[in-house]
Amino acid sequence: MIKIFKTSKDVIANIDEYFDTIELGILNFKEGVNNYLDGNTADFENNLKIIDKLEEKADAIIRKIENDFYVYSLLPNYASEILNLLEKVDDIIDRTKNTLSQFDVESPFIPEEIKNDFSRLVNISVKTAENAIPAARVFFTDPNLVKDKIQKVVFYERETEKLANKIKRRTFKELDQLKLSEKTHLRYFTLHIEEIADAAKVVAKMLSSLLIKIKM
Amino acid sequence: MFLLFLTSGLFLGWSLGANDAANIFGSAVGSKMIKFSVAVFVASIFVILGSFIQGSGASNTLGELGSVNAIGGAFTVALCAGLTVFWMTKLQLPVSSSQGIIGAIIGWNFYSGNPTDMNVLGKIVGAWIAGPILGAIFAILLYLLLKLILNKNKIHLLKLDAYLKYALLIVGAFGAYSLGANNVANVVGVFIPSVPEIELNFGIFILDGKQLLFLIGGISIAAGIITYSKKVMMTVGNNLMKLSSESALVIVLAHSLVLFVFSSTTLSNIFQSVGLPAIPLVPVSSSQAVVGAIMGIGLLKGGRNIKFNILGKITLGWIATPILAGLTTFVSLFFMSNVFKLVVVQDESLVVSQKINAIISSPKISTSVASVNLYQPLLFAIIGFLLLTIVVLLVFLTRKTSKAKEEESSDILINYESQEKLLQTELQKVNNENAKLEKEIEFKRKEQMGIAISIIQKNQFLEKLKAKIDKIILKPEVNTEELILLKTLILENLSIDKEREKFNIYVNELNTDFYLRLSNRYPGLSENEQRLTALIRLNLSSKEIASILNISTKSVEVNRHRLRKKMHLKREENLTELISKL
Repeated sequence: MIKIFKTSKDVIANIDEYFDTIELGILNFKEGVNNYLDGNTADFENNLKIIDKLEEKADAIIRKIENDFYVYSLLPNYASEILNLLEKVDDIIDRTKNTLSQFDVESPFIPEEIKNDFSRLVNISVKTAENAIPAARVFFTDPNLVKDKIQKVVFYERETEKLANKIKRRTFKELDQLKLSEKTHLRYFTLHIEEIADAAKVVAKMLSSLLIKIKM
Repeated sequence: MFLLFLTSGLFLGWSLGANDAANIFGSAVGSKMIKFSVAVFVASIFVILGSFIQGSGASNTLGELGSVNAIGGAFTVALCAGLTVFWMTKLQLPVSSSQGIIGAIIGWNFYSGNPTDMNVLGKIVGAWIAGPILGAIFAILLYLLLKLILNKNKIHLLKLDAYLKYALLIVGAFGAYSLGANNVANVVGVFIPSVPEIELNFGIFILDGKQLLFLIGGISIAAGIITYSKKVMMTVGNNLMKLSSESALVIVLAHSLVLFVFSSTTLSNIFQSVGLPAIPLVPVSSSQAVVGAIMGIGLLKGGRNIKFNILGKITLGWIATPILAGLTTFVSLFFMSNVFKLVVVQDESLVVSQKINAIISSPKISTSVASVNLYQPLLFAIIGFLLLTIVVLLVFLTRKTSKAKEEESSDILINYESQEKLLQTELQKVNNENAKLEKEIEFKRKEQMGIAISIIQKNQFLEKLKAKIDKIILKPEVNTEELILLKTLILENLSIDKEREKFNIYVNELNTDFYLRLSNRYPGLSENEQRLTALIRLNLSSKEIASILNISTKSVEVNRHRLRKKMHLKREENLTELISKL
């Protein structure tokens, strides 16, 4: 009971650091894919290394947070949901890291015709994730503001889906010079990038349900 | 003898503590916001303090309703009230010991022929109805206030959690104090007229019989909290208030305020001093105040989750409990008086004359009181020692708990880290083994290639030698017999070659997986064809393969053609490329 204020202060600091790490990871992913598209191999490899470290750091922090929640019975009514939420936020950085390393391993061929669209897709998908993090952050301090942030996440996720469909349609219907294998490969990578926005949407959905629970 | 009769009241106190502690700490303990041990410690101390300091107000009102002047009567009244409450609780009706005891006193009034003061009864019934309503009003106001504070100050959820934990503990302490102050009247109120005149001198303060009675009543409630409240807190308490921590805090505070208002003499006096009517100091139901508070919050949230049938049950409790308790008491008093010959009622005139005689026979009132003087210094030393021990124990336990938690936390982290390290080491080991095996395979592949090249070179050399011998044989001056022998030897050497055998073994060893994949995909291939594919996989030309297998290049070409057919290859597909991808 006596140490509860110090513990909660530490956990608050950890949660903030965790969100910072995820945000940095997302930005690095965006930079990494753009570097790949521009052919800046050295910079791309650097992004890959950074995102790898950030993902490891996020894992270490979330483990510590989970531990403190369990040992000190913090927020006993919502603990499991909150930890689940943090895990879902972790999924975002996991996906960004995996996608970036797939760019490295599979080196997909992205034709000039869709390079711009592809870059836009990355930017919008990242924006979805970027908006999910402040929504999760604000949930802890001012739950009333969560709804506004969630709206943005939902909007960007829808835009990502539209753009991804457009790219896929162009790839299969207009770019006849590409082999089927190349087309399939492109579709696969479009899907990977779309999945980052999907992960952000999962976070937003969890936040809405948590919000209902907390308001009861 | 008095203590023996007091047991029925103490039983009532015990059941009150066991049931009503859940109203104060049920939600906090059920949701693990506060540990049960901490809740019990705080509740026990404050319930005793409340009973002792502020318990007399509500008891006086009970005395006004009916002064049970015989100890046998008091015993029967408390017992019947207790049994009625017990039975009604079994029927899952939200009754309270307050209603039971009032009904039982009225039953005694009927039996003894004492008139029931309807004014006092009106005040009491009014307070019962006002209890839940006031609980609802307090809850609404407090909830709005809390929401306003929370909305104005953006507090982090985790910080709020810490604040709520402390607030629940403090409000719980206040609740326990109010419970003791208000409800101890139910426990010992009927025994006040029969309390023996006794004084305990503690040096700095003196306890008279009444105060001792309240202290014992408080202790009996605390005993109920310590021994039996856990089960109720975990089940009834949780079911009654499955709410957020904020709502739980508001409900407990509203409930505590209701109990406090109906037991505080000071507050009543303040009301009177400003010209308002005095607050009736009446024991009210703790559970009903809680239900009222929950309903208040429910109404504030738009009437969701309100179980209106509970209101009906409360009203039923208001009517049925006093009637049942009254009837039971009336019958029991008759039974006690006529069967056990117990004095359940004393004649009022006899009581008065006895008191007058006592005053006349002893001019100094103080000498008529049995005074028990204790050995003060020793008592102070014992109390001091006990307090010190409690403080030391508390500090020790707190430190031990926090240290244990820190250790547990670091243990878990260390465990995670060591597990991760172990897994990494295992992974590293597997990687090293893989690298070693790959090196071995690479070495064998190189050796295989080396052998293949040496076989090819040697065969080429022997072919050349054979050709030269053929040329020499054609010359007339040369002895052909020996040369023919030499040629036969070369031919034999070309076909039987130990190196070739070794090479075949290597090929089979290195290509076990490849042969497996090949036979899975192309099941109809013969052993020779499989060997041919292995040689093609080494990227050897037809001529080189011919040399290794000691067949002509044409035969190799034919075999390749057959192989393509068996593998159903199209004209444009490359055999070497396909095999190397397998």
